[in-house]
Amino acid sequence: MTPILEIKDLWHFFGGLCAVADFSLTVQPGDLFGLIGPNGAGKTTVFNLITGVFRISRGRIFFRGEDITDWRSPRIIAAGLARTFQNIRLFKDLSALDNVLLGASARHDYHLWDALFHTPRFQRVEQRWSKRAYELLARFNLTRYAATPARHLPYGDQRRLEIARALISAPSLLLLDEPAAGMNEAEATDLINLIRDLHREFSLTILLIEHQMRVVMNLCQQVTVLDFGETIAQGPPQEIQQHPRVLEAYLGREGNTSEQWPLSSNQ
Amino acid sequence: MFPIIAQNILNALQLGSVYALIALGYTMVYGILTMINFAHGDIFMVGCYLSLAAALFLLGLPLHLPAGLIFLGALLFSMLLTAILGVAIERLAYRPLRQAPRVSAVITALGVGLFLENFTLAILGPEPRHFPPLIAMTPWQVGGLSLTLLQLLILIVTALILVLLDLLVRRTLMGMAMRAISDNRPIVPLMGVSVDRVISFTFALGSAIAAAGGLLYGLAYPVLDPYMGIRIGWWAFISAVVGGIGNIRGAMLGGFILGAVEILTPMVLPSSTYRDFVAFSLLLLLLVFKPTGLLGRPLFERV
Amino acid sequence: MQKRVTILAGVAFLLCLAWVLPASGWLNPYLVMIFMYVGINMILTLSLNLVNGYLGEFSVGHAGFMAIGAYVSAILTVWVLPRPWAPWLFPLVLVAGGLVTALAGLVVAFPSFRTRGDYLAIVTLAFNMIVKSILENLEILGGPRGFLGMPRLTNLPWVVAWVLITLFLCRNLVYSNVGRGLMAIREDELAANLTSVDTRRLKIYAFLISAFFAGIAGGLFAHLLQFINPRSFSILKSTDMLVMVYLGGVGSLTGSLLGAAIFTLLLEALRPLGLWRWVVGPLLLILLMIFRPHGIMGFREAPWLRTVSREP
Ligand SMILES: Nc1ncnc2c1ncn2[C@@H]1O[C@H](COP(=O)(O)OP(=O)(O)O)[C@@H](O)[C@H]1O
Ligand SMILES: [Mg+2]
Repeated sequence: MTPILEIKDLWHFFGGLCAVADFSLTVQPGDLFGLIGPNGAGKTTVFNLITGVFRISRGRIFFRGEDITDWRSPRIIAAGLARTFQNIRLFKDLSALDNVLLGASARHDYHLWDALFHTPRFQRVEQRWSKRAYELLARFNLTRYAATPARHLPYGDQRRLEIARALISAPSLLLLDEPAAGMNEAEATDLINLIRDLHREFSLTILLIEHQMRVVMNLCQQVTVLDFGETIAQGPPQEIQQHPRVLEAYLGREGNTSEQWPLSSNQ
Repeated sequence: MFPIIAQNILNALQLGSVYALIALGYTMVYGILTMINFAHGDIFMVGCYLSLAAALFLLGLPLHLPAGLIFLGALLFSMLLTAILGVAIERLAYRPLRQAPRVSAVITALGVGLFLENFTLAILGPEPRHFPPLIAMTPWQVGGLSLTLLQLLILIVTALILVLLDLLVRRTLMGMAMRAISDNRPIVPLMGVSVDRVISFTFALGSAIAAAGGLLYGLAYPVLDPYMGIRIGWWAFISAVVGGIGNIRGAMLGGFILGAVEILTPMVLPSSTYRDFVAFSLLLLLLVFKPTGLLGRPLFERV
Repeated sequence: MQKRVTILAGVAFLLCLAWVLPASGWLNPYLVMIFMYVGINMILTLSLNLVNGYLGEFSVGHAGFMAIGAYVSAILTVWVLPRPWAPWLFPLVLVAGGLVTALAGLVVAFPSFRTRGDYLAIVTLAFNMIVKSILENLEILGGPRGFLGMPRLTNLPWVVAWVLITLFLCRNLVYSNVGRGLMAIREDELAANLTSVDTRRLKIYAFLISAFFAGIAGGLFAHLLQFINPRSFSILKSTDMLVMVYLGGVGSLTGSLLGAAIFTLLLEALRPLGLWRWVVGPLLLILLMIFRPHGIMGFREAPWLRTVSREP
């Protein structure tokens, strides 16, 4: 079976800072894969490299067997890969509905001509996608916000709206960047359940960055641990928890008192 | 051949000095507020008229003041009043817009520029005014080069201002606060300097320097009209961008480059009417290939 | 359905009015002239709003586009077409001018891939200056003295028709995947790229269409005045367009129409002030920006221009 995502020997530097060092990863279809590591470890940078935000100077990335290393972002996303952001990046002054519709921008298969004259084809395509967008809003309990500018949604709903926007194009791989960031215990628990449900419901493959260890331990079948850009461990969550270098990476710098301490909060 | 080139370099330095002085105002305001103060060319124009007024007044006194004294008087008078004008513009027109969308401030700046031009026009009428010859224009011949006292004066005054400004920005508390704000470093409150005061100071400084440029320009090219600030303002603005807007040394460099472009264009192309074409093409190419200008810093965005 | 009928009836009524009023002499020629200016300015404002309001970039050089449309269409009617044909081919002449202008729009569209915000504004400014400078140096087109000899083909019905066409197409564009994408770029270009919005293609569309309509307006202008010179297309003209956009409201079609109408009529009304008219105008602009930075209609739309809600 071709892996859905394959990263080979990826490097990235910011000036003299090595943010990602010799990073490799293979995600199989249907996986719920975790990417963890302390703050500044390079996790978000990996997502940015996958989605074409930064140019890749060393390493290759394959998506469903295709080499996407040099593709531009819209093409990568249109190929069936969707993501969310660590700091929510909704289109704040556009309505929730428009936000979701924009997730399917590349799937609006009509031409400029159709847009200028609102041809029957335009009507058909627009109708299809707005129907789908409303379905998704309903699935995420956001229907009442359809016409509301995204900036007026409560924080938790904004996070979920971002996921809805990512899902409308029916991606085969979903990248979630700290989806539980800024949420309290109860909200985070709801989110875990939501992600688990979505994974099944949409037969998704998910690559998840998370800071709160509890989330990862509850959700993921496979975990990769980054520290200072380097991969220090890889495997199922139970093994990772015992790994000496992981313990050191978290304990050494942050002490075992803080909430950041990932392993103790794993129930 | 050599004297011609040297002569042109001298002329380019003279013109470039004025551009550099005005470009500084664009660049300092941009550094502090990330706002293009499109009214700055017209502030220069007002400075030019104010120095004319002061010079005429001093010449009219029955004291027979020496030219040097008149020059100094006009310089100080116009620098002071123009600085006040700059601060007033910031207070009344730009400050209320600090939290507004950025384009509002830019549009307002365009409006302020038009206001200054048309107000001057409405008061003084459209006839051009002439600057009295204060400084001797008789050229000295130095090794095939002709050099006037005025040219020497322009170069010296400009150099003096540039050096003083550099010292001010690097050594004084206010200068450090200016740099801190433009680097986006949050240390200004710690230094006991309020951001508002730094901004006012920047406008005062930029406008005063533009007024000095106005006096020098008026002496060298003695015909003034209310729309003179448009073209010179644009050229100075290009200078600031070419050097890397927000960067003080870049503005100086850009000013001299644009001075050279203006002087050299008629030597290479059939007529001097191509100078706008050359300058703006240069700008366009630079922006496409090195958007931050020669000495500017690249920006990056957090994802 | 009913809405569509009302709108069609309104369009027919407007066109009839535009034809009857001047022809019957009920509207004196001076007022007809002013209405034509209002119309041309509406087209310009709609065009500029596409880039400045919807795409969220800041073009300060739109007069450059207008100039190209004006000169190209003028060349066609003066040098190329036999005089008797000109009135019949006028729409095609305008479209040809618009298409050439649209091509010139690419000159700005391509830099916009890499350059944004203030720097793109400077690119558009440079574009304006370069166009003007080239025209000034083209002796064959009259250089700084200008170009003349166009027949007076622009009349009120044509202007009204072109305003309606522009409004129709801009409105359709805004309420489509393209318009949504443009607004997404305005809000957050990086996020737009990462939600599969093809930002490059959309920027090309925006500049092509915006330039096209600016070119149409230029053609109408040239065949109204029957005389054009490079100075009519200076940065001051661009500034006028900016004022109209920001007066009426960014990101609003209704606002574009309002802004153009109010600005044009106000300048006429202030004519008795003489030179002081040009002082009052900028002052009003400054006050507007301070007290209403989004303009009269910023980001809002009159109901008759909106699409019906798509909720199933
Ligand atoms: N755009 C950027 N420019 C410069 N440095 C960056 C940029 N993005 C991230 N970094 C640096 O790269 C390192 C990794 O950052 P990041 O990938 O965001 O970490 P994580 O998501 O694991 O917390 C950090 O040291 C960060 O400061
Ligand atoms: Mg991160």
